[in-house]
Amino acid sequence: MKAHEYQAKQLMAEFGVPVPRGSVAKTPAEAWKIASDLGGKVVVKAQVHAGGRGKAGGIKVVSSPDEAEQAAQKLLDSKLVTHQTGPQGVQINAVLVEEAIDIKRELYLSIVIDGVAGMPVIMASEAGGMDIEDVARTTPEKILKAYVYPAVGVRTFLARKLAYGLNLAPEQMKAGSELIANLYKLFQAKDCSLAEINPLVVTADGRVLAADAKLNFDDNALYRQKAVEALRDIAQEDPLEVEAKSKGIENYIKLDGSIGCLVNGAGLAMAVLDLLRQEGGNAANFLDIGTINDSERVVRAIGIINSDPDVKAMLINIFGGMARTDVIAQGLVTAHHKMEIKVPVVVRLAGTNVAQGNKILDESGLKLIRANSFREAAQKAVAAVNKS
Amino acid sequence: MSILIDEKTRLLVQGITGGEGSFHTRRCIEYGTKVVAGVTPGKGGTKMDEVPVFNTVERAVAETGANTSIIFVPAAFAADAILEAADAGIPLIVCITEGIPTLDMVMVSNYLKQKGTRLIGPNCPGLLSAGKCKVGIMSGDIFLKGNVGVISRSGTLTYEAVSQLTTLGIGQTTCIGLGGDPIIGMVFIDALELFQKDPDTEAVVLIGEIGGNQEQRAAEFIKNKMTKPVVAFIAGASAPPGRRMGHAGAIITGASGRAQDKMDALSAVGVTVTKSPAEIGSTMQKVLASKKGKSSRK
Repeated sequence: MKAHEYQAKQLMAEFGVPVPRGSVAKTPAEAWKIASDLGGKVVVKAQVHAGGRGKAGGIKVVSSPDEAEQAAQKLLDSKLVTHQTGPQGVQINAVLVEEAIDIKRELYLSIVIDGVAGMPVIMASEAGGMDIEDVARTTPEKILKAYVYPAVGVRTFLARKLAYGLNLAPEQMKAGSELIANLYKLFQAKDCSLAEINPLVVTADGRVLAADAKLNFDDNALYRQKAVEALRDIAQEDPLEVEAKSKGIENYIKLDGSIGCLVNGAGLAMAVLDLLRQEGGNAANFLDIGTINDSERVVRAIGIINSDPDVKAMLINIFGGMARTDVIAQGLVTAHHKMEIKVPVVVRLAGTNVAQGNKILDESGLKLIRANSFREAAQKAVAAVNKS
Repeated sequence: MSILIDEKTRLLVQGITGGEGSFHTRRCIEYGTKVVAGVTPGKGGTKMDEVPVFNTVERAVAETGANTSIIFVPAAFAADAILEAADAGIPLIVCITEGIPTLDMVMVSNYLKQKGTRLIGPNCPGLLSAGKCKVGIMSGDIFLKGNVGVISRSGTLTYEAVSQLTTLGIGQTTCIGLGGDPIIGMVFIDALELFQKDPDTEAVVLIGEIGGNQEQRAAEFIKNKMTKPVVAFIAGASAPPGRRMGHAGAIITGASGRAQDKMDALSAVGVTVTKSPAEIGSTMQKVLASKKGKSSRK
């Protein structure tokens, strides 16, 4: 799960990671008030779940409350199109109004989980304000890495080592190393999967601040992080994905093709997308229905796919292990009774209870396109789209 | 032969009295697995079918000599269950549970390193040695005893691959689902090392997916240590970046974790990479035929 910059900065401030003074505004009038309180010269930043805001015009530096109001007016209720959003862009419903800071140095700091090492790793670099992956590719020696042993945590020496590595001035050393240790405390306490400050700045007046802030959270840990879960902003998510989630279909991702897919298992669901592309088609969604134990769940999943106007054909590919193919078949029949499915439906069942599953489909009288193998199913789905 | 599990496996089921635990315990027994004990705190002294249930893993091991554990407990308690099994000295733990918080696994994996315990999973379908033993949730009837090892980060895609192999008459030694989480116990290189040593395994199918760099590490291992042929498929070539594709670990972050990079790394060290998930079995068939051709010419 992602948080907005302003939410991330509130959490950082709580944990003792210094951030610029500022506040979030949902209306131009609020932006005027905040700018006025901050003394006029401020930065107005669009709050969206997408990177590349600066280049896309989502960050405005202004010199008076009136200009802040105008900038907020322009941003709010418009859509921001960045290289990460696709051409449809993403809705701006809030702006962060912050003191304009006089930046002397731009640094980089982040914490992620290293899956191979099995522990968090802190990355720091003097090359701040740039795409860190470009830095990693072109000048990997500019990135310092420190692994954090869970039983040890970020001790003073480790934070100091990184602070020295960033060449902080002696008078910033204490603030800098405390900031690093505190960011790790936040990472731990809130079950983050990513904590990133880019840039981490040293201001002309000697402060060390998180000028930007990004926090991602481990979805698996949300059950014990209710306060974090409350930060979720569904306006930033695809409406069909939000609807799917509200109906208990967790693993649905909207894509830009025309074949709606219903598959069990994440790996098989990914493989279906790959196979469709090889056969000349494109999936309208990724959907791992998981272990199916009730046909109602199948009906809900089919309902989501059926409500997607991009879908020109449906492909149901189930390899029953834990999941029972007869339950899928029953769900498909019920779905046809409950809703009008206008697009052709291709079905391939294999594995647990496949004889019963196929019998249910045979006896249903429904016009389904049946396939015996994985490839045949993909080919028939692509052919169905091309015909329509 | 086979790797990790066989007729000598004495299985303990943690969470044996739950819905999934009892269902899959019965399927494992049907397949021929010796299930010697179950653990559910508070239900010690009872039985699940004929299997004695204990309150603690320590007690169960002392009484039954269990040497492998499979875990079905809910995500919030699964990390604790893994630690308990490791603490009791069980050398091989298989964790089926999906949804364990990553930071819990950070703590667990560091503990297991100290204990020298082998973990498979979490968020995995388990493993199966064809015709001998099943410690997992895969449906046993698609497997055929033979000479190909299978390792995968996925569950159902493994069934698809195994069924393609079986349909072509290509049997398997052991099939292992490693799991779809960012932090898992056993990884590709661990399994490759065991398959390389196993005299009955002639070739290996490796099924990877986007996210992380375990496939690149596998390529490095294959280059230096592996003499047996490997066939690979990497899922997610058409997945959008930045999205978690069902598995918590299946995500392309920026430029890392892409399918193409993994395929390139494996191809570069002589692995036969198929781009089509529908051709995993037929690719292995060709590789085995050409291997035979080579050895008969010698």
